[in-house]
Amino acid sequence: MNVDFTNEELAFREEVREFFKHKFPAAVKDKQEKGIYLTKNDHIVWQKALYDQGWAGINWPVEHGGTGWSATQKYIFATEAAEAKSPRIIPFGLAMVAPVIYTYGSEEQKARFLPDILATNVWWCQGYSEPNAGSDLASVKTKAVRDGDSYIVSGTKTWTTLGQHADWIFCLVRTDDSGRKQQGISFLLIDMKTPGVSVTPIITIDGTHEVNEVHFDDVRVPANNLIGEEGKGWTYAKVLLTHERTGIARVAESKARLNSIKKMIDEAAARGEDLNSNAVFMARLLEIEVELKALEYTELRVLSSVSTGKAPGPESSILKIKGSEMIQMLDELVLEIAGIYALPFVPEQYTEGFDGESIGPLFAAKAAPTYYNDRKVSIYGGTNEIQKNIIAKQVLGL
Amino acid sequence: MDFSLNDIQQMMQDSAAKFIQNDYDFETRRGLSNSPAGYSEDNWKLFAELGWLALPIKEPYGGLDGDLVDTMVLQQEFGKGLLVEPYYATVLLGANLIQKQANDAQKLELLEQVVAGELKLALAHSEAQAAFDVSQTKTRAEKQGDQYVLNGHKAVVLGAESADYLLVPARTSGAVGDAEGITLFLIDPKSAGVQLRGYATNDGLRAADVGLTEVTVPASSILGQADSAAPAIELVLNEAIVALGAEAVGIMEKLLAATSEYIKTRQQFDQPISRFQVLQHRLADMFMETEQAKSMVYFAAMEVAKGGPEASRVASMLKVKIGSAGRLVGQQAVQLHGGMGITDELDVGHFFKRLTCINNQLGSRDYHLQSLINKAAAG
Repeated sequence: MNVDFTNEELAFREEVREFFKHKFPAAVKDKQEKGIYLTKNDHIVWQKALYDQGWAGINWPVEHGGTGWSATQKYIFATEAAEAKSPRIIPFGLAMVAPVIYTYGSEEQKARFLPDILATNVWWCQGYSEPNAGSDLASVKTKAVRDGDSYIVSGTKTWTTLGQHADWIFCLVRTDDSGRKQQGISFLLIDMKTPGVSVTPIITIDGTHEVNEVHFDDVRVPANNLIGEEGKGWTYAKVLLTHERTGIARVAESKARLNSIKKMIDEAAARGEDLNSNAVFMARLLEIEVELKALEYTELRVLSSVSTGKAPGPESSILKIKGSEMIQMLDELVLEIAGIYALPFVPEQYTEGFDGESIGPLFAAKAAPTYYNDRKVSIYGGTNEIQKNIIAKQVLGL
Repeated sequence: MDFSLNDIQQMMQDSAAKFIQNDYDFETRRGLSNSPAGYSEDNWKLFAELGWLALPIKEPYGGLDGDLVDTMVLQQEFGKGLLVEPYYATVLLGANLIQKQANDAQKLELLEQVVAGELKLALAHSEAQAAFDVSQTKTRAEKQGDQYVLNGHKAVVLGAESADYLLVPARTSGAVGDAEGITLFLIDPKSAGVQLRGYATNDGLRAADVGLTEVTVPASSILGQADSAAPAIELVLNEAIVALGAEAVGIMEKLLAATSEYIKTRQQFDQPISRFQVLQHRLADMFMETEQAKSMVYFAAMEVAKGGPEASRVASMLKVKIGSAGRLVGQQAVQLHGGMGITDELDVGHFFKRLTCINNQLGSRDYHLQSLINKAAAG
């Protein structure tokens, strides 16, 4: 057992730090530091900077333009990216649809879609959940009926994150409803500009527009947009889920957040709000720090087993639950530090163009909205209740 | 021993419940919250007619001489409607403090107007480092002849924009942290040097930061005696914790009912999700926390009213319970509603937001637990 970096890995870390020092787009960096919401273009500019460096396809195979990084290199990159306050890489193209395409897609589909995903020329979104298919995802009812060289798609997808920006959507659609419900699901790619596709915003309690409903009203989709075989969509989606556990715990991000929380505490002390002398708060902070260290090493164990060629071990099932709980506990700490200044709702303060004086300390402006918004992390991607069922059944065999 | 409501309390509860039920559905409340004033003047007049504004005020000033249990009953119903009218700011903080601190002439002049619905108040006590403990007030008032000059900054003053007068605690003697030396001023927000920066709060109310720059007022604007306002403010804030606790219990009851209804209706895996034992137990936890919180509110309503040194310990105990119960019930109501729980469209998320803000008002759970530790250590 040894987790010390080799000289090569230390050199790699330097290279990553250099990248963030010199090539992280300044305008995006500035917004991240001020906590200002990013625009679509900000995300594109940042992801293109990664692409120009050859680092967009972090988990991709080298043959398709991936980095070929070891588990340790991915860990180093994630840690440095979080410390540099870089935006999260929007996962729908690079981390979600691309692996399905390069694993199950035809050569024609790989050539057609992968280069634009890698370069963030095309914005993707996810069409999985439906109003009546959330935790029970296999109940999807959006229909795709074969008609010559096309499918005619009708139905409604929901909770589609950043669908308002999307050029393409990857969907789980029902092509057969005769057998077991998991068997009649197919994986279909749909151009959002196709007639009959419409997007309705869903505003969340933090006042933002992040998620949407996407409606398909007899949308004609070329049959060659089907990935793999008809009826295998559920299998593809599941295989993808079990292999895409890297980063799901968002440990690097939480570590960076904990560091910034410690700074907030020092700054509060300078203003006369002495949280260091609140033993209750400090006990909670330190317990969270212990839990985060344990989570970091659980994640490292998963990364390490994947890199030695093994399938992710049972510990991988822990990552989503513990990672989401960690994010939410950190939100609670920030809310506590914000104190009475968690109350004002002044979204201008974290919107592009704000240069006035903030009401209370600037971090406090987003404390409550972030806490509210992050209640989603224990709901999306399979609720934590569903994740515990997976642990009970598939890991513990109960 | 008797936990039943008396006839007047029962009547108050019925009239408040009827008002929320018939005239204050969630969309109405949303409309009021988004309006420029952030509440309804018509409702305010109605509250005066119904006697709600008179409830905690003593009879000589036109009040109904109600106690903490009476206002508790009202607040619990208000919680169920997420009331946006400045009842808490004007009546429970402002008028209550005037009653406890002002001299008789001041009480006569101000309280009758409050009862009639003609005067609104806001208590500008909180500062970033003094969300609850008024002895930490940094705002200062310097005596200059017959006048006082105030300088300081007040944080997140609820109802400040709609208030005819601000009640402003300021330090006139001693050092930050001293119990003595806090004086309460009655200040017209339109006075020179008073700057209101208003905003909506995360739970749909209105508040303002209040800047005080060389605000010059006559000595007659002191409510009661100089240097001696801290005990009255402390008592009013302890009573306000009971009111917030009652409101929180109303919210929790509402969330419990909504969540229970939702999981019985929501179908996944070909059955209502209420069939899953893990969710049944979650509801059972929410139920128990709500009842424990309610018990604590009853206890505190009776004990805090007695005043004395024990009142602040009891208020802290209540704030701890409300903080942890509110967090559990609010978070789980959202969790069990799934994505719907965090939509702006559904009321559930708004009840959750209000519970969150209640924890950050008048000192959080962590703050009050530490206060209990300090008191225990001091013996």
